[in-house]
Amino acid sequence: MSILVDEDTRVVVQGITGGEGKFHTEQMMEYGTNVVAGAVPGRGGQEVAGVPVYDTVSQAVREEDADASVIFVPPAFAADAIFESLDSELDLAVAITEGIPTQDMSKVYKRLSEVDTHLVGPNCPGLITPDEAKLGILPGNIFSSGNVGLVSRSGTLTYQVVDNLTNRGLGQTTAVGIGGDPIIGTSFVDALSLFEEDPETDAVVMCGEIGGEDEEQAAEFIAENMDTPVAGFIAGRTAPPGKRMGHAGAIVSGSGTGTAESKIDALNDAGVPVGDTPEEVADNVEDLL
Amino acid sequence: MKLHEYQAKSVFADAGIPTPDSQLAESTEEVLSAAESVGYPVAVKAQVQVGGRGKAGGIELVENDEEAREAADSILGMDLKGYTVERVLVEEAVDFVDELYVGVTMDRGEGKPVAMVSRKGGVNIEEVAEEDPDAIAREHVDPAFGLQPYQARRVVYDAGIDREVAGDVSSVLTTLFSLWDDRDASDTEINPLMVTSDGEVIAADAVMNIDEDALFRQAELAEMEEESYTDDLERKAGEYGFDYVRLEGDVGIIGNGAGLVMTTLDLVDYYGGEPANFLDVGGGAKADRIANALDMVFSDENVESVVFNIFGGITRGDEVAKGINNALEQFDEIPKPVVVRLAGTNAEEGMEILNADLVQVEQTLEEAVQRAVENAQEVHQ
Repeated sequence: MSILVDEDTRVVVQGITGGEGKFHTEQMMEYGTNVVAGAVPGRGGQEVAGVPVYDTVSQAVREEDADASVIFVPPAFAADAIFESLDSELDLAVAITEGIPTQDMSKVYKRLSEVDTHLVGPNCPGLITPDEAKLGILPGNIFSSGNVGLVSRSGTLTYQVVDNLTNRGLGQTTAVGIGGDPIIGTSFVDALSLFEEDPETDAVVMCGEIGGEDEEQAAEFIAENMDTPVAGFIAGRTAPPGKRMGHAGAIVSGSGTGTAESKIDALNDAGVPVGDTPEEVADNVEDLL
Repeated sequence: MKLHEYQAKSVFADAGIPTPDSQLAESTEEVLSAAESVGYPVAVKAQVQVGGRGKAGGIELVENDEEAREAADSILGMDLKGYTVERVLVEEAVDFVDELYVGVTMDRGEGKPVAMVSRKGGVNIEEVAEEDPDAIAREHVDPAFGLQPYQARRVVYDAGIDREVAGDVSSVLTTLFSLWDDRDASDTEINPLMVTSDGEVIAADAVMNIDEDALFRQAELAEMEEESYTDDLERKAGEYGFDYVRLEGDVGIIGNGAGLVMTTLDLVDYYGGEPANFLDVGGGAKADRIANALDMVFSDENVESVVFNIFGGITRGDEVAKGINNALEQFDEIPKPVVVRLAGTNAEEGMEILNADLVQVEQTLEEAVQRAVENAQEVHQ
């Protein structure tokens, strides 16, 4: 079992004709992902890596029965590409693009509440169900299938922690990189609740970082709603204070959350052990299983 | 991207928000002539992008030429929290009876913009938010529809603004929201919005931060960007386009992805070393970018040891290895020991390309960091 993607997921790649789109489509297919179409306006009728390209996502859905998208579209056009996925009633859209204006994402976020599509990202590595499918840019060879779920805000930190897990035989059900932007589709809480419902996931690793309050909210969710044990990691304990959130940002909540300390405390209070190193996270997962 | 006060004020004024008469000055003579044309009393305000300028001696109220000269002499050239003051704004001193706060920002938790109004303007609004959160009225805005007139009224009346000026404050807030929306601001703020004895409102300060990711469609504002680095290395990082922060330690750190680089810093600290910097080369870095990153860290005289931690996803190990080779092959002797840890996409190809005579290779993050910390410690023994 897995969450969000499996071997039956039929993927359309938006922006398949670009450099990154083409490279990672090939990588995804090599991994076994069922990429059924590409979508690039004006490029309908072409083929990339043996995959037919359509001008619109809705054509790809109609002709190839696509039910998920991966978006490699430049930032200026990325929000529009996400809207197109949402409007085409896909089950899942994964936005890899980094640097989408926050106000565009605010509008996307509003639209998300009105549709059934799960959005993962943006500014994320995507997600993978080992030995079944990967949607995104994750290096497939470091993952192995098993019973540990993983959710992380940082792409490369995801790889690091997975490497530590895999090296000692702790395979994964699904690993989801949710992205580090201020406004994202799938939150920690969304991913944790999907893992909680997945019978094959026996433990979850949650990797957070400084900034925002998502980890604190996740801690609350874990304490109240989860039976599946969770191990945590928080990056940025030594981060310089200058990297804190901007001026007015802190006014909204009126509290000094967002530091590594407040996140670690919140997770500890929810019964989540937080490792000092990625290796220690793997130790903790072994203890929880 | 943060605008200077004078820049934000001109944007606000062009949009119809009342602002005091003012002129920019770069010398004592210019301050005097500006004060002459604005008319005493005037405020002389340092134009540097830091908060708390008043408390730090960067703002002075002056009544005449003599005081203006003294203020100009003391403020121009002063060091204000690490920034040298090169310009001041000479501004009409507003005779006020009340100071309000008006602001718009993104509530990232809600994914929506939020408009805020408070009667407690003129002070550190973050302290107000901390100590008396109810003193700030908030109104979340649907990003698809924008701030509606009734919402502007509601937040203004909820904040307890006097009925006599409520209409004007609503109008300022509405304009501020339009600016926030049209100009891709991450936040816009007026603190204080002064109320004069005639019952008029006037923006005595102006804050506008623009979303860097949206500058591609904000050409006019992008042109206002002024480099303001306190440090030569940060200036260099700006030229190379790196996310870079200089720190106090001696272990130089280069990696890809903010989360992993932060983790590498945390581990250097955990294993008893001190990070010299945060340097994220970003996703998909090619060889020349990697070489620039090494150049950057080598040019920090505090650095005694370097650790390269790359876990490739969109970044490819072969490109990283080429960049490291390019940067190191130009030296007869490597200036500081470099530990390299490569994993992920094309890591095997990278390991084959990497010139192992020039670097120390480690397989795991933990080993690489420990080795780099030891390298730095050996220098001090």
